[in-house]
Amino acid sequence: MEKKKKMDKFVVSVLVENKFGVLARVAGLFSARGFNIDSLAVGKTEDPEVSRMTIVVEADERILEQVEKQLNKLIDVIRVQDLTKGDYVARELILLKVRTSDAKVREKVVRVAETTGAEIVDVGKRSITVEDTGDEHKINALMELLRPYGILEIVRTGKVALPSE
Amino acid sequence: MSKITGAEILIKSLQQEGVKHIFGYPGGSVIPLTDKLYQQKDIRVHLTRHEQAAAHAADGYARATGTVGVCMTTSGPGATNLVTGIATAYMDSIPIVAITGQVKCNLIGNDAFQEADMVGITRPITKHNYLVKDIKDLARVVKEAFHIARTGRPGPVLIDLPVDVQLQEAEFKYPKTVNIKGYKPNYKGHPVQIEKIAKAIEKSEKPLLYVGGGVILSGASGELTRLARKSNIPVTTTMMGLGAFPEDDELSLGMLGMHGTAYANHATQEADLIIAVGARFDDRVTGRLDTFAPNATIVHIDIDPSSVSKNVPVDIPVIGDAKTVLKELIRVVKKRPYKDWHDTIRNWKKVLPLKYKSDDKLRPQYIIEQIRQLTRGEEVIIATEVGQNQMWAAQHFTYSDPRTWLSSGGLGTMGYGFPAAIGAQVGKPESLVIDIAGDGSIQMNIQELATAVLEKLPVKIIILNNGYLGMVRQWQELFYSKRYALTTLAEKDLTKCPDFVKLAESYGAKGIRVTAKKDVKKALKQAFKAKGPVIVDFIVEREENVFPMVPAGESISNMLHGLA
Repeated sequence: MEKKKKMDKFVVSVLVENKFGVLARVAGLFSARGFNIDSLAVGKTEDPEVSRMTIVVEADERILEQVEKQLNKLIDVIRVQDLTKGDYVARELILLKVRTSDAKVREKVVRVAETTGAEIVDVGKRSITVEDTGDEHKINALMELLRPYGILEIVRTGKVALPSE
Repeated sequence: MSKITGAEILIKSLQQEGVKHIFGYPGGSVIPLTDKLYQQKDIRVHLTRHEQAAAHAADGYARATGTVGVCMTTSGPGATNLVTGIATAYMDSIPIVAITGQVKCNLIGNDAFQEADMVGITRPITKHNYLVKDIKDLARVVKEAFHIARTGRPGPVLIDLPVDVQLQEAEFKYPKTVNIKGYKPNYKGHPVQIEKIAKAIEKSEKPLLYVGGGVILSGASGELTRLARKSNIPVTTTMMGLGAFPEDDELSLGMLGMHGTAYANHATQEADLIIAVGARFDDRVTGRLDTFAPNATIVHIDIDPSSVSKNVPVDIPVIGDAKTVLKELIRVVKKRPYKDWHDTIRNWKKVLPLKYKSDDKLRPQYIIEQIRQLTRGEEVIIATEVGQNQMWAAQHFTYSDPRTWLSSGGLGTMGYGFPAAIGAQVGKPESLVIDIAGDGSIQMNIQELATAVLEKLPVKIIILNNGYLGMVRQWQELFYSKRYALTTLAEKDLTKCPDFVKLAESYGAKGIRVTAKKDVKKALKQAFKAKGPVIVDFIVEREENVFPMVPAGESISNMLHGLA
């Protein structure tokens, strides 16, 4: 058991009962068992009684197996699927508030948004808020492009994902 | 249909589940419930003297009878006092349903008087839990709670019931079926996997059955015994598995692990095939993991998928109920002689038996042996506390039947044994129920003497009194240069603080003291014959140790055998 562990990121999709306290059960399980959550996103599904959680877990294969099994043990968990096993699409949404000290900078930021397909969602006196959706790659690229202007605040939703057909 | 109150709905639901006994303690948030319980006769409520004891009693009842145990307390401190008992049941997969009162719905979250977030507090120590805020959910919740507690890998379920919901009214309709989307335990083992086990057995020269508490929980002792005898494969059990296989059978190796028999541990290390049934490769069993069973193909039969390959990589996993899977396995195995293997084991048994110094001193192991001698042929249930008393009781009693050994394995809860014995006695009024205790652990729930006396439960308490917290003292002796930090409970005279005989008498129980080996039998006979609860205070050799012993974190091949 002392073998060196290679940690990877896995995308786990969890269907749960849309009930009071389920998020606490899942989060509590991760902290009690010492599993690492990279991100967790949750929302209702086509069935209002069911929610889907997309959890990005940092683990090795053995820990991942335990994550899946322990999640399955929760009564409110209906189904657990490791999406990384097959093809899947994953998207994340980011909001970036960028400092725009003058009109020139503002113009540059707008141009970055336009060329990358991001959207301007709020314009203030000293800042612009840019919204983008995409895979991790795209989000990271946008962050790097805007960083030189001075990023004031960032919020990311964490990945949401579905298996591909 | 006429409407009845939440309290009445709960009681009717419990009746539907066949509940006959509740162990409980009252308080402000359960007055409506206790009031309705008071007015009916089907369910008997046993008043403990501490809520922790109510949880342990429900647990002991469940272990002894194989049915779901029920405990009930008020909100806040009453409910939090259940925590150790619930955690004990959780670690050992014992089906109990804990009912706690809660403050009124509109006060929840307000830091109200005697409010505690029980669903939050017990989330990691229950199989599932509920807060019932709508009376319309109550009957369904009770139905689900019992279903979840007793099926799959069993475990405790908590129902938190606000006091105003106990008073609201609704029609009572008990659901016939349970449908929980995310809970469908798998009972039948996959036939391909069972076939693989049969093949592995055919190839094996040194097979070993490693049996845990799951076999007892599943009611599979008969199947296990048949399998072992039909296939001629030796059996070792975990502490939780004691009683799953008769220890006086030639195929039995007794218990393995930290304080297991030398022959069980050697057999584990030598085996080329280990068939684990309802066991979970706990660290007290495996010792140092990377040296555990180095030559063995590992088969693991368990109803809980998360137990498989958690600690030890498993070669042939079978997810299913022990009883169902063993039945299938019996059909496909063949008898083989394994002559060399049995010869080797027989030799280990001869050279490295369980032993202790046989002189005229009063040694705890002797007392356990005498209890066995005097109760042969009787229905006897042994409960234990935790520590040396527990290990000696595990090693020296020779268990032959399931549900006759009640001990806190996973959590290792001192103070468990006596209230568990009370619960067992309620469930098994005809059995002789004995709590084997140390002078330390018995003091953790000693107040239950009142329960035993007033409820007329003739539990016998055997105190192996050495004036120490003996197991920790043993570690301090062996690994901490005899610095007995915080483990000395009595200075010289072990009959003074407390005087257990007087203590027993003060509650109206009988107290007997034994200081010499020659008086052991007589005292035990007297205790077993007595109509009511008895404490027998045995003043034993103070620094007696439990051997064999595998030091924590070492390979189970490296046992200390002591001087005996």
